[in-house]
Amino acid sequence: MANSYLTTESKKLATWYFTFAAIIFGAQLLFGLVAATQYVIPGFLFEIVDFSVARMIHINALVVWMVFAMIGSVYWLLPDETGIETVGIGLGKLLFWVFAAAIVVVVLVYLLVQVGPADETSLWLIHEGREYIEAPRWADIGIVVVVLGFIYNLYATGMKGNRSGIVTVLMADMLAFAGIYLAGMGYTDNISIDQFWWWWVIHLWVEATWEVFVGSIAAYGLITMIGAHRKVVEMWLWIEVAMLFGSGILGMGHHYFWIGTPEYWWEIGALFSALEPLPLVAMFIHVLYDWGKMQGEESAKGQDVSVIANKPAFTWFVLNAIGNFLGAGVWGFFHTFPQVNLYTHGTQFTSAHGHLAFFGAYGTLLIGMFYLAVQGKNGIKVMNATKKSIWGTSMIFGGVLGMTAALTLSGYVDVLVSRAQMGATWSGYFEGQASMWFMQGMDWRLIMGVVTFLGFFVLVADLLSIGKATHHKR
Amino acid sequence: MAKKSVWSDNRFWQRSAAWVTGFASMLLIWLTFDTIPQITMGTNADLQNGVTKRVPGPTVINYKITYEMDKKRGHEIPVIGEKEMFFGRDDWSEEEAAELLHLGKLGSQVKNCMNCHTLLGNGAYYAPDLTKAWLDPAWGPEGSMQAMTGKSTKEEAMSEFLQNPSQYPTHARMMPDLGITAEEAKGLVAFLKHMSSIDTNGFPRNFGKIQGAVHGK
Repeated sequence: MANSYLTTESKKLATWYFTFAAIIFGAQLLFGLVAATQYVIPGFLFEIVDFSVARMIHINALVVWMVFAMIGSVYWLLPDETGIETVGIGLGKLLFWVFAAAIVVVVLVYLLVQVGPADETSLWLIHEGREYIEAPRWADIGIVVVVLGFIYNLYATGMKGNRSGIVTVLMADMLAFAGIYLAGMGYTDNISIDQFWWWWVIHLWVEATWEVFVGSIAAYGLITMIGAHRKVVEMWLWIEVAMLFGSGILGMGHHYFWIGTPEYWWEIGALFSALEPLPLVAMFIHVLYDWGKMQGEESAKGQDVSVIANKPAFTWFVLNAIGNFLGAGVWGFFHTFPQVNLYTHGTQFTSAHGHLAFFGAYGTLLIGMFYLAVQGKNGIKVMNATKKSIWGTSMIFGGVLGMTAALTLSGYVDVLVSRAQMGATWSGYFEGQASMWFMQGMDWRLIMGVVTFLGFFVLVADLLSIGKATHHKR
Repeated sequence: MAKKSVWSDNRFWQRSAAWVTGFASMLLIWLTFDTIPQITMGTNADLQNGVTKRVPGPTVINYKITYEMDKKRGHEIPVIGEKEMFFGRDDWSEEEAAELLHLGKLGSQVKNCMNCHTLLGNGAYYAPDLTKAWLDPAWGPEGSMQAMTGKSTKEEAMSEFLQNPSQYPTHARMMPDLGITAEEAKGLVAFLKHMSSIDTNGFPRNFGKIQGAVHGK
């Protein structure tokens, strides 16, 4: 691209990944809005784009844009961390186009074909009908090939260049992240075994490997944005890895309470998943503590300037610390004990947690990376916020918080009326759905969803224009 | 100068992280080896001999299933009782039943059930949970669905509904037509019946036990 200050091919490739990720993020929000509208106006797009289709695209786009932005983030930081150009960059570029094209085909098939006959061919060509990892089998295999190529680049670069603590963690984490995907590719007639392995993918991604990824990126961000000391940051990172994997891997038990698996998972799931918020508290403290420490060192020198080299990105990183703790930590803890989960499992309560956790833990950090890339591409030393950055950030974060609050209230009605009072039957379910409080929650969710969606356009406008603003230090 | 503390040594924390991760992973793998055999499907012989399995074999469709409180375990469990007709037969062979269940499980994925409903509580929350749908009183002789679909058995009413869902709305939010054929519907009903026989540790609580109570009904 013209006027780019980027000197490495790795960072250029990263911007491709970020751009595609941002587009898919928009698609995620659009189809989320369709699904949210259907709760309020049930006839909306009925038998055209049904809830099942809109929701499938909503959550698949979520996974895809995050995976793209994660791969982009690694390509972005590799030259800084290793001190060399990424090895195998040509392969990386080729795989980008393969991956992007495959995703477009998958989404078009979801949208235009939607369902097929109940046979294996449909699993191979249309979708697998398993929440979050619906991608048809041909795409599964393609994803594995693409990710293996990415892992090769990461390992080759890490072994040739300077292997920092951050790169070491990423090498181990990304390999686990890719390997776990294999657990979700099989088919079985036994739904208990099906869901057992399905959770290996979903849980070990979002409550283990993805969280460690966040720890690594946050560490990189603290070093590059506020000049935190590497030794301190990397020590924190190793402690976080121990805490995240120590609690997260066996925290898997909280998904094995009710799917046919033995009762001992109650105790294992309750114990380890109750520990899962601890590293999130640690990460929260870590970010704010380092910020205060670096600013304090600056002030002690009598300098009255901010240590933050990229204000919008750092704002998103701080929101990540808060959102991860609130969404994954607090909202997760609410319903992680089997005594509570017996009633909350499979209600809007889960949905409230899902929204704030995915966005708070991952969305925020990856948007922060978008801003870091804009800074690098425009050769800016200190990047300040614009009116658009502040509006975009507030609307998106406020919108998601609002959706979470609304879904939590609807979730309570779901839990109390449909489950506790009515015993979870078909009529009990609709009794809850028809309750005035439930419906008001859904209205508010839609309104806050619109706020989030509008905020997305402000964000995109800002990302495209902030580099040209004149109030930065170049 | 004081001796450097191990607590501020990155190598120490790196090794701790590796050991903790390794230990947690090994424990998970060991528990997996214990769990998988426990949730592997039983056989027809198990059913005939009254051997209780967490996930019974496909021929469970030949039996009556109820959901009853188990005093010792403190929650409800599925209880497999006498023989019961399923689409006019109670002698589905192991192969026939397995084939039907295979069609139904495939159908449940291909028709994307999980992106509106929850199965074993997992999925979307736009439509009722299907874990124990087979035992829902709405489909029983006292319920409204048999009369609505003009069928005289639970399985036929379910099958008719699945083939023409938008003809039988139960709420403003309707199930769309997913092109489900008669054979696929039969498979899906077998899948639902089988799922209701899985021991889910008492989830969902009080299923189908509570009548009324809201708005003084």
